[in-house]
Amino acid sequence: MDIKTKLEILADAAKYDASCASSGGQKRDSRDGKGLGSSGGSGICHSYTPDGRCVSLLKILLTNACVYDCLYCINRSSSHVRRARFTVEEVVKLTLDFYKRNYIEGLFLSSGIIRSPDYTMEELVRVARTLREEHLFRGYIHLKVIPNADPLLVEEAGRWADRLSVNVELPKPESLQALAPRKEIKDIRKAMGRLRTTIEEAPRSKGRSFAPAGQSTQMIVGADGSDDSQILSTSASLYGSYRLRRVYYSAFSPIPDASQALPLKPAPLVRENRLYQADWLMRFYGFDVEEIVDRAQGGMLDLDIDPKLAWALRHRERFPLDVNKATREDLLRVPGLGVRTVDRILVSRRVRSLRTDDLARLRVPLRKALPFVVLPDHRPTKLLDAPDLAARLRPAPRQLDLFAAP
Amino acid sequence: MTRVRLAAETDFSGFRAAARDLLRQGVEPRDVEFAVAGHEPGLFEDAPAGGGPTASSRPVPAVSRAFLSTIASASLHREPARFALIYRILWRLVDEPGLAQVASDPDVARLGALAKAVRRDIHKMHAFVRFRAVEGPDGEAFIAWYEPDHHVVEAAAPFFARRFASLLWTILTPERCVRWTGDALEYSDGVDRAVAPTGDDLEDLWRRYYASVFNPARVNPTAMRAEMPRRFWRNLPEAQLIQDLVAEAPSRAAAMVAAAPTLPVARRGAKLVDEDAERSEAAAPGLPALADRIQGCRECPLWEPATQGVPGEGPAHAALMIVGEQPGDEEDLAGRPFVGPAGRLLDRALAQAGVPRDAVYVTNAVKHFKFEPRGKRRIHKKPEAREIRACLPWLEQEFTLVRPDVVVMLGASAAQAVLGHTVAVTRVRGEVLDLAEGRRGLVTTHPSYVLRLPDREAAEAAFEALVRDLAQAWALARPA
Ligand code: SF4
Repeated sequence: MDIKTKLEILADAAKYDASCASSGGQKRDSRDGKGLGSSGGSGICHSYTPDGRCVSLLKILLTNACVYDCLYCINRSSSHVRRARFTVEEVVKLTLDFYKRNYIEGLFLSSGIIRSPDYTMEELVRVARTLREEHLFRGYIHLKVIPNADPLLVEEAGRWADRLSVNVELPKPESLQALAPRKEIKDIRKAMGRLRTTIEEAPRSKGRSFAPAGQSTQMIVGADGSDDSQILSTSASLYGSYRLRRVYYSAFSPIPDASQALPLKPAPLVRENRLYQADWLMRFYGFDVEEIVDRAQGGMLDLDIDPKLAWALRHRERFPLDVNKATREDLLRVPGLGVRTVDRILVSRRVRSLRTDDLARLRVPLRKALPFVVLPDHRPTKLLDAPDLAARLRPAPRQLDLFAAP
Repeated sequence: MTRVRLAAETDFSGFRAAARDLLRQGVEPRDVEFAVAGHEPGLFEDAPAGGGPTASSRPVPAVSRAFLSTIASASLHREPARFALIYRILWRLVDEPGLAQVASDPDVARLGALAKAVRRDIHKMHAFVRFRAVEGPDGEAFIAWYEPDHHVVEAAAPFFARRFASLLWTILTPERCVRWTGDALEYSDGVDRAVAPTGDDLEDLWRRYYASVFNPARVNPTAMRAEMPRRFWRNLPEAQLIQDLVAEAPSRAAAMVAAAPTLPVARRGAKLVDEDAERSEAAAPGLPALADRIQGCRECPLWEPATQGVPGEGPAHAALMIVGEQPGDEEDLAGRPFVGPAGRLLDRALAQAGVPRDAVYVTNAVKHFKFEPRGKRRIHKKPEAREIRACLPWLEQEFTLVRPDVVVMLGASAAQAVLGHTVAVTRVRGEVLDLAEGRRGLVTTHPSYVLRLPDREAAEAAFEALVRDLAQAWALARPA
């Protein structure tokens, strides 16, 4: 099989993993004139595919052959897809060739499980080791950790990689048992736990680096019956337990050659989007899961409006807030005010009192924010009591034409 | 009208010098015009060489490093009025020292918008430059053709020097070109795109990759264009696929949904070599088997968010068993009891009490960590009576296997588990209690109680008391 066909098969097989971040790696460059590449800082998206996703890393599988039979996965052993396998050298060459032309920030390598977790992990490690040691490659490397692989291999993986990740796959242990019978939640959690411990110990032992960009994970949304509140609780507990940099949510998307046991309908992409917004609220805005998801709505986020606006509409008694006096915590709860905007408001209002025009210049979406705030030239009280406020803030119903030509 | 001529679009230092002079002469913003050499509108004379301070002379305002960097970025915008804007802000800063902070001020907001556009343009240049390999006199060289929106070539080039220091590369643009010689950046005038190389064999592979990572079920060209506007497309080799990928997406996605689910392929004999099973052989009886079974326990909801069950640890037969409340954050990760801060304190107390640590069996009343996530941390939560009850069978099996003579209960939860009812630790501590099967028990405080005491003296006293209780237990367990 030629390299082009392999690349097509093994990139296609890897695209269901949502993670593509290349930020937070170790600060490195090649100014010594020997190595190739640099990393550190905020990461770069070198391209965008027509689904709006960022292309930052060469994201491929080493092989899509797999001994597991996880029903949601295109690579499961019972699927009819074409199988391919890269050699270590092929992956190394591809990475370097793409990198030199400035197509990518580095490599995100994962793999189906062949033979055994240790064998597979060893192959992944060999790619990273060859890139780093033989080619002095200083770009970004993200390796997938195979749960159950020998901790010594994982240790070595962390020495070469900027980021490691173990996928939790599904929000609930029961779903994992049902859809991925050979994957055990406890192995996944233990692997994450060990990563956290090693990542935290690394800076204390000098000269040793271990996954400086931390660990992340991915959860598939919509392949099982978990509601948003269960999904977000699982995330909250994962963030707390393993100090993850990110949880990626991947809306279950119909895969070619799907299993009969799965919904054939894709999960609405907007649900994925709302989960990211909710996740953001938990991490940077001080919201709890219970605040974000209203029990009365059956544990699901509102698809029409963002979770912060939904929360504010349920808690009108806490508004309006005076933009020139409210605390940072309170301002962060105003729909339309992001972290950066709030911080700018706090600095600006020390110098002068802010009015409606000022908010407009700070690029605050006024239609969304004004009902909830008081300014020297604006009082919204009547608006807040209006029974149709929620309806007015909902986007006009329209058919999103996703297929419109670019 | 005072006219200032700048040497180049990126002549920020020339601008700074001129602005300083203008302020010193008290020239009002509305009386100045800035232009770049070669782009002067009509008759344009140099600014009069900085005369001495005049009556309306203004001091040069001090600006923060961050604001200066915003100004410097904004000065690279293609907008001709940018220098006038910056000068006006500098002028106003003299009377309004806090101005730089007021992001909502019209001038400051405009400056911020220009700076943001420039930084984005630099970032996009880092992202969208595509090198093409060519054989040159000194071996392989990499050449790119690129068209930035603003005057950012000089600002963007150092990034490429850091990243590709070991390659020979050149970036050509209509306004300015930059070449890396191997140890320095060399700039030259802009060129026509006709001089740039037109292809690279690898681009086909790159396009295949691009097409393969696109998921037609998620097509969303609007989101793509927000980050990669059309004007960049003509210099991106992969962008020539966009039209077709978008056009074919609906039918490809529909085909996937319509395709009937298939019957599974018969397994091709691929088998997982189960290393775990090989390692652990048949489950050994006794404590190791118990530890395994705890991992599968679902008797209460605590197992679900935890990493693993944490069984007890110690010799198979120990005269002294210490029972704590539940594993904590570190125990949950390590799968071993008393390895966190409370465990370290217990180790110290045991050492001071003369109790050999490895002679003691340590365990917990509840085997899974009960917590509440709070950001990147987990807050310990006290187990409830029903969780303690649910977990009791595991503790009882440990009693049966380890057969301790003396049981030390650390804190109220442990006491509740072992004694079957709640007690006040302070009331019963020091008292030797009779337990089932001739065992004797002692209740003392949990080491984490000692850790929580804010007052140093009180903590020391509590530690001493813990040491006394452990010594007493050890004496009971090993009658002289
Ligand atoms: S805490 Fe105890 S009873 Fe509850 S699940 Fe864990 S081992 Fe079972």
